[in-house]
Amino acid sequence: MDLLVGQLFTGLSTGSILLLAALGLSLTFGQMGVINMAHGEFIMAGCYTAYVTQQVVGDAGVSLLIALPVGFLVGGAMGLVLEWLLVRHLYQRPLDTLLVTFGVGLVLQQVARDVFGAPAVNVTVPEFLRGGVDLLGTAVPKTRLFILALAVVAVTVVALVLRFTAAGRRIRAVVGNRDLAETAGISSRAVDAGTFFIGSGLAGVAGVALTLIGSTSPTTGQSYLVDAFLVVVAGGMGRIKGAVVAAVALGTFQAVFETYSTASLAKVGVFVVIVVFLQLRPQGLFTLRTRSLA
Amino acid sequence: MLRLRNLTCGYGRTPVVHGVDLEVGADEVVAVMGHNGAGKTTLLRAVVGLIPVMSGSIELDGEAVNRRPANKRVKAGMAYVPQGQQCFAHLTAGENLRLVADGRKSGKALIDAQLDLFPALRPLLGRQAGLLSGGQRQQLAIARALITEPRLLILDEPTEGIQPNVVAEIESTIVDLAGRGGLSVLLVEQHLGFALQAASRFAVLRSGRVASTGGTGAGAVERVREAMAI
Ligand SMILES: Nc1ncnc2c1ncn2[C@@H]1O[C@H](COP(=O)(O)OP(=O)(O)OP(=O)(O)O)[C@@H](O)[C@H]1O
Ligand SMILES: [Mg+2]
Repeated sequence: MDLLVGQLFTGLSTGSILLLAALGLSLTFGQMGVINMAHGEFIMAGCYTAYVTQQVVGDAGVSLLIALPVGFLVGGAMGLVLEWLLVRHLYQRPLDTLLVTFGVGLVLQQVARDVFGAPAVNVTVPEFLRGGVDLLGTAVPKTRLFILALAVVAVTVVALVLRFTAAGRRIRAVVGNRDLAETAGISSRAVDAGTFFIGSGLAGVAGVALTLIGSTSPTTGQSYLVDAFLVVVAGGMGRIKGAVVAAVALGTFQAVFETYSTASLAKVGVFVVIVVFLQLRPQGLFTLRTRSLA
Repeated sequence: MLRLRNLTCGYGRTPVVHGVDLEVGADEVVAVMGHNGAGKTTLLRAVVGLIPVMSGSIELDGEAVNRRPANKRVKAGMAYVPQGQQCFAHLTAGENLRLVADGRKSGKALIDAQLDLFPALRPLLGRQAGLLSGGQRQQLAIARALITEPRLLILDEPTEGIQPNVVAEIESTIVDLAGRGGLSVLLVEQHLGFALQAASRFAVLRSGRVASTGGTGAGAVERVREAMAI
């Protein structure tokens, strides 16, 4: 029983981390179709934002609360610049986008190395997130609960914005039919830039959260990139609901596999599961139903 | 209102429409006819800004709008109802309308006015637009265009592929709208009877060139038929 609860929670926790890393990507990749290989480096930028904020502010709790919105702005601003300088010229060319953003990612890693040094740095966990709480007999670290809650909040906000706000309607309209959106008076350029800003900002938020459970190095973001893409693809492109289910499922798979083997074998296991799944259901978990393609 | 001068446009480097001159005056309805593939849709896409102009010019109220993006031309008073009952399929019918009304001062009233014009849409607002029938989607598309309060309405075969009783409804709505004043209409239409009834002037396109133009008075039917025959 304890083992099961422990594993379920580990799965949920791993899933929520994956989800945070993938949420922004579900906008930029899932909705807009941009393969942004520098997304991981935006996460990394969020990590260093948390680090720098703590150096400046001192108090771990206050700095965490400041770093979350600042991380959003830092990630968002980087995304905006990338979109404006490069991505917007490559919208119909996915392979070029992939190569260019991969290069940008490497450059950003080098910049981080030059500024912060190659060795990993650590962010102090605030007092109120130290230790664990007892959940059905299992000790659960508070940091993991915090990340879980943050993921739930972030997903809910994104889903509500997409569903119920004017900005969300515009994003869905441009994604659905760009020409029609333009002739309905919507500036698709502005919507592209805005969507990329939000998606990249969410990467920054994920980065801030990740400093609570691990140290930060220039390659921190990279390690989350593949998993994040997997979550978006397996969930069904652009479907937030799908990303949630896929992230939790992957997290749980990984946790269970890990119990019976090693972490790297677990990773292989997850890959195999996804490959088989996508063979059976190439469109992902969830798809949109419509009558016309327009 | 709208003036096309020697307009050439197409896809990639291949021109499809060659040197078209056409004028739509204030409160006027002009019908453009022609066989499949004559370049009617291509002409309209250039007018609204979805494909670039290769040479010539598009003037709205005497001002060249060639280089303005499509969304800016909407703000200048153009509204476009594309061929094929296009709508935002993943949005509900209501969202299709609200999307355009967002940010307008009297957005709610504008939506209401369109729903009075197309009462059949009222019970469908919560339904995903991609699941509506062709006729319903066409009404939705016209309503969406009207919310932008256009001075020039550009319609691409509004009755194509729609069952006869709905066609009659859409036709009479278009005639009514044009009769209200303050709205010019550029209408691409294959259905000769409706086109000549609604419009005061016509132009026939053949292989991307204007083969014939004139008033829709006596003898127009024969002239159009002659111009369309190859
Ligand atoms: N996206 C495109 N790329 C290349 N060529 C195109 C494209 N769209 C249309 N064409 C070509 O341009 C020509 C004119 O097409 P257009 O759609 O303007 O005709 P149309 O008069 O609207 O015909 P219909 O009555 O069938 O709607 C056709 O030969 C068509 O094959
Ligand atoms: Mg056409």
